[in-house]
Amino acid sequence: MTALTNHAPVLLIAIPLLGAFAVPLIGKLGRQARNTFVGLIALITAAFAGLLAAHIFGQAGAPSLYVLGGHQGFGIPLPSGLSVPIRIILEVDGMGAFMALITALIMLTGAFFSFSYWKERSGGTLFYSLLMLLTAGIFGMELTGDMFNFFVFLEITSIAACGLIGFRVWLKTSQEAGFKVMALYTLSGLFVLLAVGLLYGQYGGLNIAYLASALTGSTIDIVALGLLLTGLALKAGAVPLHMWAPDAYGEAPAPMSAVLVANSQASLYGLFRILFTLFGLTISVGALGWILIVLALLTIFVGVTMALIQNDIKRLIAYSAVSQIGYMLLGVGVGLAVSAAKPDFGFVAMQGGIFHMLNDAACIGLLFFVSGVIIRATGTRDLNRMGGLAHSMKWTSVLFIIGAFALAGVPPFNGFASKFLIYEASFKLSPFLAVIAILSSILLLAVFVKVFQAAFLGAKQEGIGGEVPMGMMVPMVALALVVIVFGLFPGFFVDKIVTPAANALWYGRDAYIGLVLGGG
Amino acid sequence: MNSGMSLIVRTVTRLVYGLALVFGFYVIMHGHLTPGGGFQGGAVVASAFALLLVAFGAAGIKGRLNHHLLQTLEEIGALAFLALGFVGIGTAFFYNLLANSGSLFGGPVPLGPNAGVFNAGGTLPLMNWAVGLKVMTGIAAIVIAMLIGARKEETE
Repeated sequence: MTALTNHAPVLLIAIPLLGAFAVPLIGKLGRQARNTFVGLIALITAAFAGLLAAHIFGQAGAPSLYVLGGHQGFGIPLPSGLSVPIRIILEVDGMGAFMALITALIMLTGAFFSFSYWKERSGGTLFYSLLMLLTAGIFGMELTGDMFNFFVFLEITSIAACGLIGFRVWLKTSQEAGFKVMALYTLSGLFVLLAVGLLYGQYGGLNIAYLASALTGSTIDIVALGLLLTGLALKAGAVPLHMWAPDAYGEAPAPMSAVLVANSQASLYGLFRILFTLFGLTISVGALGWILIVLALLTIFVGVTMALIQNDIKRLIAYSAVSQIGYMLLGVGVGLAVSAAKPDFGFVAMQGGIFHMLNDAACIGLLFFVSGVIIRATGTRDLNRMGGLAHSMKWTSVLFIIGAFALAGVPPFNGFASKFLIYEASFKLSPFLAVIAILSSILLLAVFVKVFQAAFLGAKQEGIGGEVPMGMMVPMVALALVVIVFGLFPGFFVDKIVTPAANALWYGRDAYIGLVLGGG
Repeated sequence: MNSGMSLIVRTVTRLVYGLALVFGFYVIMHGHLTPGGGFQGGAVVASAFALLLVAFGAAGIKGRLNHHLLQTLEEIGALAFLALGFVGIGTAFFYNLLANSGSLFGGPVPLGPNAGVFNAGGTLPLMNWAVGLKVMTGIAAIVIAMLIGARKEETE
């Protein structure tokens, strides 16, 4: 068991990668064999994510190191006594393990939802291959301890995500969205690459811990930070760099929209890792925190107001997903703005922002799955042309209400728990922030009341089948359970998993560096 | 267009094709000693395939470069690379189990400047072969897929 736990970080990347390349071969044996194989890979990966999380949270979020390809540590000692970190390392702390849990949850439910979703369509084999590749890339971004590998995994997710967004090549809109996302993701990747190059040129290392210990906060460092901030904010879909997100989430097959949200969150994680662990207090965190807060307020407000005027159900949920990225940015931005003085409310804001990542993944995933069910039943994405689904789909309508209320932050669902932490802490910094955040949540409720009224209420329509098959129902119910359980017992989860994750960013910089370079 | 290019191009292709293959395989095989490696060598081999396609057209090579076979080989290359990573999992993923073992590619490496020992490197040369297989078949499959796409557009 310990051996498995020790190898869990690399297996989380290697097993989905193995799945990605083996799926096309297994797919030749038939649909049943392929689905069994994909399900097995997804389950094993999720089990390793759970194992890793149990290990990391068992040691209260303290970082763990995994060195690829060697047993004698990863430094090469020089005669001068210095040690140059050259090996490829994976470094997992509370935050990384927390993100791995989110990814595992969404990947597992997404894969199982897809089994029924793709039943009547062809070409599913390559779809699963891309899904596994995307999963491997996301895990890589979350677990790596090396800037260049971060860039490599970022590109892997970009390529796989473009394939998934443009997967339905027979649709013109899908092709267009895929192309748009390809262009913008490439741009984001180049920004990150240039920044990594600037850091490497100055300090001669790519290891995050080594760079963090060497950073001086020079002008070139600030330029690199600006490039990283722009590139990752673009990939996360923060306003004003969100223009790809509605197309991407809207055009991807419904189960993949949820995984794409997990992908955006991984970029957000990268941004937080860079701000807190790589740069820390070498830069003026106050100004930077306020930049994040302004981005966050824009994202929240623009996302919600754009969602309000949509008539296409997938685009509507896509804009709501964009607005939720803003809440995470707001929480962590408030934390960053005050991280020099480290008052209590800053830590609460971090907890809120980080907790909201998990909550958002669960409820936006649920909503995307429900939208897939709705589109499948009615054959349209136009809200004006659907209605009366509650007559034939009682359970689906209940699940939709759970997801929508959770996203809008209505108690007792999980969205309320994390949003409340964010409201409370941002109010301490400036009441104006809390006002915008609460107002937008209320608008979000209005958005989903509109969807509920349009899709589920009204006269029964002809030609609508009954309830969805079991294969789609189980993943949706699983996500709904997460939404409810995290909403009913937020204290337990905040203590057990959110606090170690927030700790890792807020206080964990020295431990992160010390584990690699010794001392600390 | 599909029938290929002029006699001059086809004759030169016949001459160059073998050389390009040999050079590509050399780059893969000596990847652990000289500049290059699996990716670069695989790209050289794939360029030889592309040369064939350009010179003889899709009709000319019909049946000799099978799209599905190439894809299968590509996946096998990727899986072989991962398998070589898993071989060392007793110590760490990608641990070089064969290095200095005395068996295949396990020769000892002398200290100091030397001309390079071919029988060294452990799993590295094998990984180069795996990557080489993946890249040569992958790029060839992409070129063929693009050719098929272009032909469809022509006929439409």
